[in-house]
Amino acid sequence: MASEGSRKSGIAVRPDPLHGSDPILAPGQTLGSVTEKISSIVIGKGNTTPGWIFGAFISFCLLMLLNTVITLLAIKGVGIWGINIPVAWGFAITNFVWWIGIGHAGTLISAFLLLLHQKWRTSINRFAEAMTIFAVMCAGMFPLLHMGRPWLFYYLLPYPNPMWLWPQFRSPLVWDVFAVSTYFTVSLLFWFVGLIPDLATLRDRATGRIKKIAYGIFSMGWRGSAAHWARYEFACILLAGLATPLVVSVHTVVSFDFTIAIVPGWHSTIFPPYFVAGAIYSGFAMVLTLAIPLRKYYHLQNMVTERHLDIMAKVMLATGIIVAYSYVMEMFMAFYSANQYERAQFVERMTGQYAFVFWTLITFNLVLPQLLWWRKARRHELTLFVVSLIINIGMWLERFVIIVVSLHHEYEPSKWFMFFPTKWDWATFAGTIGMFFLLFYLFIRFLPMISIVEMRTLVHETSETGPHSSLYPVPPEA
Amino acid sequence: MNRNAMYGLMAEFDSPEEVLAAARRTREAGYRQIDAFSPIPVEGLAEAVGFEWTSVPVFTFLGGLLGGCTGFFMCWYANVISFPLDIGGKPLNSWPAWIPITFELTILGGALATVVAMLALNGLPNPYHPVFNVDRFALSTTDKFFLCIKSGDKNFDLQRTKAFLEGLNPHGVFEIEE
Repeated sequence: MASEGSRKSGIAVRPDPLHGSDPILAPGQTLGSVTEKISSIVIGKGNTTPGWIFGAFISFCLLMLLNTVITLLAIKGVGIWGINIPVAWGFAITNFVWWIGIGHAGTLISAFLLLLHQKWRTSINRFAEAMTIFAVMCAGMFPLLHMGRPWLFYYLLPYPNPMWLWPQFRSPLVWDVFAVSTYFTVSLLFWFVGLIPDLATLRDRATGRIKKIAYGIFSMGWRGSAAHWARYEFACILLAGLATPLVVSVHTVVSFDFTIAIVPGWHSTIFPPYFVAGAIYSGFAMVLTLAIPLRKYYHLQNMVTERHLDIMAKVMLATGIIVAYSYVMEMFMAFYSANQYERAQFVERMTGQYAFVFWTLITFNLVLPQLLWWRKARRHELTLFVVSLIINIGMWLERFVIIVVSLHHEYEPSKWFMFFPTKWDWATFAGTIGMFFLLFYLFIRFLPMISIVEMRTLVHETSETGPHSSLYPVPPEA
Repeated sequence: MNRNAMYGLMAEFDSPEEVLAAARRTREAGYRQIDAFSPIPVEGLAEAVGFEWTSVPVFTFLGGLLGGCTGFFMCWYANVISFPLDIGGKPLNSWPAWIPITFELTILGGALATVVAMLALNGLPNPYHPVFNVDRFALSTTDKFFLCIKSGDKNFDLQRTKAFLEGLNPHGVFEIEE
């Protein structure tokens, strides 16, 4: 055990004998040092770097492009996009499913892994949750824009109206309204609750008066009282317990949008688990796409270590295999069912006019990610970054294949038409990417991108005097 | 109350173990109106300062129950009472179709109730509190731990309590102005 002398020296992370040189938190850090490191990114001087300004500016331009598209959409209607009958869903719903899927990894990390006591989640959960919220915001815009008259969105809600009408509660599209709005609200609450003690830290450390007041208002007078902590921790566990089934339900309901219809290629019972696995797959890819540049640019390698990259790559590999199984099973069921329309749909996917999309999807989602079986690839920043981008693209193509390819080749040959995206289809998609990244740039500049409190707790738990110190007894010093 | 009234005395410590031990000794010494402040949640510290249990989960349950009942009732009412539509003689109360909305509103109600109850029971938002008058207290959100004995405690006596706190081997003892 640690000697009485060293105990007095305060709390510092020490090497973890189980993982040796591969810890989830580099040794030597203290409560003060992690607080200083994370909060200085937000309140330190000179952090509005040229790189940040450049990135934020590009994102801002894309957001303005989105504004342009929405204005044009309001004037001319959804005809500016390539959609028509039979492919009425096109890019808008593809992007909706893609964005909302990305959000799922954030909730999984912040809620599910909290319940499972996975300590490695600590340094990535805050920005993964932020990613969730921004992705759900982007996702939520698409169905509204796709209505063509977004200002009438409230027709979707059960509000008292003079026509005495109700939304169709038997429709999965209405379930979607409830699922996505609940998901956004609960994610935002969970994120904000997690931020309260960190905002108090920023309030106490900020030097500028405006910052002090702003952080002071949002920290709501948090003072870290023992009873407050007890209620706070209980509330966090309860929220995690609520958010975990919620995240599974959201993509299940999204998959109902398809399975409850009778379109060949949609009407399948495998969709809910398949969609949830795909969502986690693409979500972790996006977490890595964000985490790898962030840790490099802000020198966070001590907190987001190689082991984090390794674990996230393994999660991607595992969910990727579930997704691969779903693809195979979907195709097998189409042939085994002996339903000629289902069979025709899958033959069309593989050999039809959109076949190049299908095979790109198979290459991006199934073949290339097999690189992650190699430990070296999982720990090589650039390789992992490229693989994560490839999976993001692959998952977008998957939704394109499910939506557009299925719709363009329904029952009757007289209804077989191709969908071609217009420049405004691409502009809308690029615009939401801009919105997502602008929000993310603002987030890393104004809020702590790693949970300071949870990092401090982790420092304490892995320190010599921490509650788990007896698990890894230190040999007496020579 | 005059400006220099005393809220209590506060002692500063370096680690969670020290403040936990100090809180237990303070309670053994007969003080009841005590509080501890820490930059991280410390296991056992709330119990050591006299916190017994929280009703947050009760509110979570009630919120969830209310949300779920609202969801189911709304779907049932709309389709059975308010706007019944006979579609090929299918049952009006097709309850499996109400489950997704019932489920989502259960979660929504539970989560909202949890957060509101947690904040309300903690008395937040609360822009002013006397402990903020101690300059060193700003470190309680970085790496220092504080134990406070309030002046309302029946055993509180400025000199004796100060001596007691100093006997706990703290970093320093501060008076908290009201």
